[in-house]
Amino acid sequence: MDVTGLSLTTITLFLPMVGLAILLFMNGETQKANLKWVAFATSVVTFVASVLMWINFDPGNAELQMVQRNTWAEVSLGESVINVSYFVGVDGISMLLVLLTTFIMPISILGSFGSHIFEERGREKLYYIFLMLLEWSMLGVFVVHDLIIFYVFWEVTLVPMYFLIGIWGSEERIYAAVKFFLYTMAGSILMLIAILYVGNRSGTFSTYSAGGDVGVIERVHNWDGEGTYWDALGPEGESEDGGFLFNSVESWLFLGFLVAFAIKVPIFPFHSWLPDAHVQAPTAGSVILAGVLLKMGTYGIVRFNLNLFPEATVAWAPTIAFLGVVGIIYGAWVSYAQDNVKKLVAYSSVSHLGFVVVGIFALNAQGLQGATLQMVNHGISTGGLFLIVGMLYERWHTKEMADYGGVWKMMPLFGAISLVISLSSMGLPGLNGFIGEFTILLGSLGSEYLGFAFTLFATLGVIMAAVYLLKMFQHVFMGEMKRPLSSEEGYKLTWSEKAAFIPIIIMIFWMGIQPIVFFNMLDVSVDSIVALFVR
Amino acid sequence: MFESPTIAEFLAQSNLASTLPATLLLTWTLILVLVDLFAGDDRAHWTPVMACVGLGISFVANLFVYSPAESEQIALYGMFIADAFTGFLNMVILVATLIAVLMSWDYLNRADIHRGEYYILALISSAGAMFMVAANDLIVIFVALELLSIPLYILAAFRSIKNDGSELSLKSEESGMKYFILGAFSSAFLVFGAALVYGATGTTNLPQIFSLVGGIVGGTSAAAFYLLIGAALLLVGLGFKVAVVPFHMWTPDVYEGAPTPVTAFMSVTAKVGGFAALLRVLVSGLSVLVLVEGGAAAWQTTATIIAILTLVLGNFVAISQRNLKRMLAYSSIAHAGYIMVAVAAAGTANVIDAATQSALVYMMAYMFTNLGAFAVVMAIEREDGSGGNIDDITGLAKTRPLMAMAMTIFMLSLTGIPLTAGFVGKFMVFASALQAGLFGLAVIGVLTSVVSAFYYVRVVVNMYLRDSAVDLQPALETPYVRWAINIALAGTMIFGIFYPLATNLVGMVSIA
Repeated sequence: MDVTGLSLTTITLFLPMVGLAILLFMNGETQKANLKWVAFATSVVTFVASVLMWINFDPGNAELQMVQRNTWAEVSLGESVINVSYFVGVDGISMLLVLLTTFIMPISILGSFGSHIFEERGREKLYYIFLMLLEWSMLGVFVVHDLIIFYVFWEVTLVPMYFLIGIWGSEERIYAAVKFFLYTMAGSILMLIAILYVGNRSGTFSTYSAGGDVGVIERVHNWDGEGTYWDALGPEGESEDGGFLFNSVESWLFLGFLVAFAIKVPIFPFHSWLPDAHVQAPTAGSVILAGVLLKMGTYGIVRFNLNLFPEATVAWAPTIAFLGVVGIIYGAWVSYAQDNVKKLVAYSSVSHLGFVVVGIFALNAQGLQGATLQMVNHGISTGGLFLIVGMLYERWHTKEMADYGGVWKMMPLFGAISLVISLSSMGLPGLNGFIGEFTILLGSLGSEYLGFAFTLFATLGVIMAAVYLLKMFQHVFMGEMKRPLSSEEGYKLTWSEKAAFIPIIIMIFWMGIQPIVFFNMLDVSVDSIVALFVR
Repeated sequence: MFESPTIAEFLAQSNLASTLPATLLLTWTLILVLVDLFAGDDRAHWTPVMACVGLGISFVANLFVYSPAESEQIALYGMFIADAFTGFLNMVILVATLIAVLMSWDYLNRADIHRGEYYILALISSAGAMFMVAANDLIVIFVALELLSIPLYILAAFRSIKNDGSELSLKSEESGMKYFILGAFSSAFLVFGAALVYGATGTTNLPQIFSLVGGIVGGTSAAAFYLLIGAALLLVGLGFKVAVVPFHMWTPDVYEGAPTPVTAFMSVTAKVGGFAALLRVLVSGLSVLVLVEGGAAAWQTTATIIAILTLVLGNFVAISQRNLKRMLAYSSIAHAGYIMVAVAAAGTANVIDAATQSALVYMMAYMFTNLGAFAVVMAIEREDGSGGNIDDITGLAKTRPLMAMAMTIFMLSLTGIPLTAGFVGKFMVFASALQAGLFGLAVIGVLTSVVSAFYYVRVVVNMYLRDSAVDLQPALETPYVRWAINIALAGTMIFGIFYPLATNLVGMVSIA
């Protein structure tokens, strides 16, 4: 806390809103050219602020750091009064995802610099306003530790993304936008019920302790009474006849949260909105969607499902991990069958996030660390892949792989960059993708809750990733050029395109060669969760 | 036995001061009748301006009478109660009327049906609603209900004849007639219910009924039976007014045919009045109507079933509507369902206050949002009243970006997306339903709000994501409509973002 009374977390969180406010007042033709610069500058400043947070962050401390908590409102539920508070702070997992968000944002804005969508659709100002709103709400999801405010941020992310897809997307954009909106809302609104129940029974909406209030996660962690924490609070006269899975409050609450997160991740079979949304979204939308938005789901599972409902997590772990494995294989398989290059990358997300799910539900330190790292890795490499697809589309105006070929010959630098990013996505040792997937596989192998079969089939996914990504690379970049561009100029990468790739390439190598930096950030935070599941 | 009281005693007993917000508005309206009569045609704008002034006076009086620290005051020999509940809903009603008046000035001129009586009728109706939210007696509820409804019947038919005497719209005439017949019918139910409750308890005063009910349901007399039937009939009568399923049939036709500002006005005022009376009757009067020892009030199951039917039917039928006014009519049925969820939750003894408060917040959120949505629909209507279809707003974001943005926020608020007032209302309603143990109802509530997202989002899709095939008509609206939209927008945003404002305003409310 400094003199202003605002923690660094708050400042970082609200920087995008400052940018939004500036954008709102920019009218007139001369200022129109500056819109993108304001948005870009805002996102860079936010990134710098988050790096400051990282510098201030003490990886050895298990507590939340850079905390700020103000009571926001009082809700009377029957006889008890429950505080809703503005409660922000970061632990290792939050910190990493905040960095990912602020990292992806400037890149995706740079990626839209050379875009032609505004010539056709206009409304450039609105576009950047929605990007700022999106960054604000995504950051909010990762740093907020009050269930109600978390839900607010969670729902608000829907609105800008819906407009980004709906206004600046491709042909089927309306269908995709509405599907995205309804699908994700249906999931999250069930979470609202679960959240209200949790607050109602436990008497607090804060998940962590602060200012004398004991947060609900800590209450669950430190529960040493008879049975589980939720049993003790549940309705009386509950029978155990139906078994734990379908006849306990905890299990239902777990599912209430899980459905919201599973749709966002997406875990098979809740994935059907994702290909539509990805394919139709504009480049920046796809990058953010793959890079950050999907991670909100996996983050939610780690933060809320595991921490709040440990018994239910154990009971459901094999089932969900099984769905994760199905997602790995199914996503890879369907990805291989695509002719549309953007759809191929979209389905690869389903496959990659399957790994994350398996890692989470391995419920041990390796699994969780690997999963969290894989969230970041996937954000960087798949974000990069979507940038590549976007740049190809800007030049050739097609997403069909059959129309491409020989791009490497004409665009050597672009080809090399694409190769590195593809290799990172398929998990080549030495690059970032390998670290995450390898640690997850280690975790699943050593897990007390998952068997050897999980590891075996998940490993198949690694091989299949190589198959579909190499297929894509071969079709697009190798062979003969099928549709040469009309002018030589078109083959050149603009400065903004090059600039967008530089940080991605740096991160790919850094995380691949020196992962210990990032593992260190996670150690303590992950241990506090894993402690729940040590038998 | 009966001595005539001195004037001082009379004043003390009647406590007229606490009735000031409602009585001032009524008096002002009566003066307005004279003003309107003697003001010439060239001064026709005097009436709406003075109507706004009257609303302002009443609003200020309301602030004085109901300071939150003040406990409840009984007036008019116990028939009128001035508590935080009354004060809060008075504000809701007055703001609603103000927005409606702002909308009307433009509309009436456009349709060439400008007559001063219009504002007078609207003000009488809103005074009726203010009496209704303060009613502490079944008789007052009935009288206030008629004061609220009769002007509305006339207003609904206001579009039938132009100023030059030519016929304008049969639909409006049909609307007024339908509303009148069904309204009269429902009043009969209400009176019969009141009579049966009187027969059972010997009083029409709600607190007295409350104190007597316990003894009656404990015994085995026929009185318990009368009481149950009476409660049911009261529920039916008020159910008509607030348009919950299965008493909703009149709503779409009436809403579509009536002049748009009238539709907006009655979709809020009549509902606020109706729900206030419903809460007073069920909670202040009959919350002890418990058949199983220690259980919830006997009417809770009925209210739950009504809420479920209303939510499902309102939301699903709204999907198939192409006319925006009809869509908003069905959506207003759905929103009555959400308020009904709160009413049902109030049947559980220890949730009464939380549920009442959530109903109030929901009504306020609904008032701002719904009036705003109707104001936008009105602003884009053509002079002949057409142009209110969902296709007519296509491409609105290009032609009138600010209005499209306002409409988007109203639609998101009606869906219940955070940072809008609608979310605060829904959140509180579901919280109280869970507290009351009505899990199924809460789950149905959230699932139907996903359904509602479908048709609300379609409006946004048409405004932002599609380009208009036809040329949009030029902007016809006057600054007054824009003011109406702005007020509604400000309310929706402020109460959505500054959540504590709403909870603090209703924090003192307790009518049990």
